[in-house]
Amino acid sequence: MTPPFAPWADPDAKPLIEIRNVTKRFGAFEAVRDLSLAIHEREFFAILGPSGCGKTTLMRMLAGFETPSEGEILLDGQDLSPIPPAKRPVNMMFQSYALFPHLTVEKNIAFGLKREGTPKAEIAERVTDIMRLVQLTDFARRKPDQLSGGQRQRVALARALVKRPRLLLLDEPLGALDKKLRQETQFELMGIQETLGTTFVIVTHDQEEAMTVSSRIAVMRAGELAQVATPTDLYERPDTRFVADFIGEVTILDGIVTAASRGGVGLSVMEGAPDLRIITPHTPPAGTQAWLALRPEKVSISRERPADADNALAGKVLDIAYLGNISTYHVALPDGSIIKAQESNRQRADRRGITWEDPVWVAWEEDAGVLLLA
Amino acid sequence: MTRTLGSRILVALPYLWLLVLFLAPFLIVLKISLSDLAVSRPPYTPHLDLTAGWAGIKAFFAALDFENYTFLAEDSLYINAYLSSLKIAGISTLITLLIGYSIAYALARAPRRWRPTLVMLVILPFWTSFLIRVYAWIGILKTEGLLNQALLSIGLIAEPLTIMNTNTAVYIGIVYSYLPFMILPIYATLEKMDESLLEAAADLGSSRLAAFFLVTLPLSMPGIVAGCFLVFIPAIGEFVIPDLLGGSNTLMIGKTLWVEFFNNRDWPLASAVAILLLLLLIVPIVLFQRQQMKQEIGT
Ligand SMILES: Nc1ncnc2c1ncn2[C@@H]1O[C@H](COP(=O)(O)OP(=O)(O)OP(=O)(O)O)[C@@H](O)[C@H]1O
Ligand SMILES: [Mg+2]
Repeated sequence: MTPPFAPWADPDAKPLIEIRNVTKRFGAFEAVRDLSLAIHEREFFAILGPSGCGKTTLMRMLAGFETPSEGEILLDGQDLSPIPPAKRPVNMMFQSYALFPHLTVEKNIAFGLKREGTPKAEIAERVTDIMRLVQLTDFARRKPDQLSGGQRQRVALARALVKRPRLLLLDEPLGALDKKLRQETQFELMGIQETLGTTFVIVTHDQEEAMTVSSRIAVMRAGELAQVATPTDLYERPDTRFVADFIGEVTILDGIVTAASRGGVGLSVMEGAPDLRIITPHTPPAGTQAWLALRPEKVSISRERPADADNALAGKVLDIAYLGNISTYHVALPDGSIIKAQESNRQRADRRGITWEDPVWVAWEEDAGVLLLA
Repeated sequence: MTRTLGSRILVALPYLWLLVLFLAPFLIVLKISLSDLAVSRPPYTPHLDLTAGWAGIKAFFAALDFENYTFLAEDSLYINAYLSSLKIAGISTLITLLIGYSIAYALARAPRRWRPTLVMLVILPFWTSFLIRVYAWIGILKTEGLLNQALLSIGLIAEPLTIMNTNTAVYIGIVYSYLPFMILPIYATLEKMDESLLEAAADLGSSRLAAFFLVTLPLSMPGIVAGCFLVFIPAIGEFVIPDLLGGSNTLMIGKTLWVEFFNNRDWPLASAVAILLLLLLIVPIVLFQRQQMKQEIGT
């Protein structure tokens, strides 16, 4: 068995890209603020965040179209700032694809190699290979306006990849595709990345996409990094309410830390209800304000109080979202806050016999939720 | 049927327009060019006499001939006038293209909020009569004109330059007058070009200069072609500019045509000159369109 791919966990590993305290200002506005990040060779690194948080700006600094106002970006330990975009071993796949409309697919792809002065025979060979890889062979002589959205996206990818960059930047590469094609393409992308071993940095709005494709995800918020972690860690162990809320569905209950015991704490969320038990590495003093983030699929719903549950609260069904494979119940607690509970519909959902306005119990284990201090 | 009478009339209108305003005058001029000079009013024969019936029509066609065209071909004055017009129009178009492209490029790169104003400035000269603007150039270019005064006063020249009444003045006049027709179509193509294409070119290893020749220039080709036609075609038949600014040795077909028509009152010969000019212009246009079609089908 090979050890799992996790160069970021190795303190001796040399990162491919090092972003050091980079700030980018447009006038007085800080689009990226004091951001530091290391990306390793062969990573599929995703940058995720709400619109306008500075993702594109960060990518454009990596590609060389913007220069950092402060800080530096290193590639292989070398400062990138004096190197213009044309000379960087970095290629970008543009959000709009930016295909040359007057050139055929083949010539679009060959464009970068011709600029390098690659010999003709080698250009032909590499273009043919990459077109086979992205399944464009049949479209070689077409112009971009004679292609579908998915085909155009593959031309843009091939055009950037054929140069064999050290780092490939993808700015919302799948934004224009419908959901099904998008999912297929995600897997294609992962396959291609594995075949070529190129380091990918992908920007996306879509958290599901980021979870699917990437080795690590950076969540950005207003020009800063909120958290950098593997998809699993980000989902299971978010650092802040912002990250917990941004990735997947979550219920957040706020409360006051009561007592610490047995590797966990108690959290009082409501008068009259027992304190909630939460396993956590944090040891906040009693009286601290804290939040419990609970994923809906870790919360069960039942008519009776489950006898062996660590945590259970009584409430009333407010709403049921039936999604086919699963149903999400929105349960209102006596104080008005809402907990989401999810059940997979292994038998038909209506057989469960829980319906609107029913008094129910929601329950979860002490290690199901995450205690957040911010 | 979805095609109502109304929609058919609508479709037919442009053809009707072409028929009445282009084809009919063309046929009349063609007919005159095949006629003979005569001391009459209008000054040519034959005239179609429909009252004489079939015999009249036969007599009419029998009297038409290509005499005027043979005359044109034999007299080197006309051939030289055609060649000289082609040369003057060609060179002026080239100069206009170089200047016009630079201006259009600058316009397209100007801050967005300035662009409407700048385009307005390009069109502004049209608010003054063309004739007056060409006249104004006489004041600028003549021996004791503004240009010479300025150059003399800053000591760049010792003797005034002779520009007026030379081909140089004609070039200046044509380039000045037709510049907006070059700028506007090129600006239109440059303005709608996606800026990220240039970033993509840079990303793929092009210098700015290479990106210009590999991306910007080919993408602005439709504008360049349109601009060149809009300048070249009217410039070839230009009369006012060579008449006002050119000298006695400036040979242009528009001037020749004028002389034949108004000074010599030789309408048939003048018509033949006009028809040949038209053919001269139509050939390159047709060739160009054929090539465009091929390119579109080829891809
Ligand atoms: N050239 C610029 N001049 C001024 N402000 C800019 C410029 N480029 C970006 N900004 C601002 O910087 C902020 C971050 O922009 P950026 O394009 O990086 O966002 P983003 O995270 O990519 O958003 P989206 O997900 O919508 O693409 C935005 O508020 C934007 O308005
Ligand atoms: Mg963006």
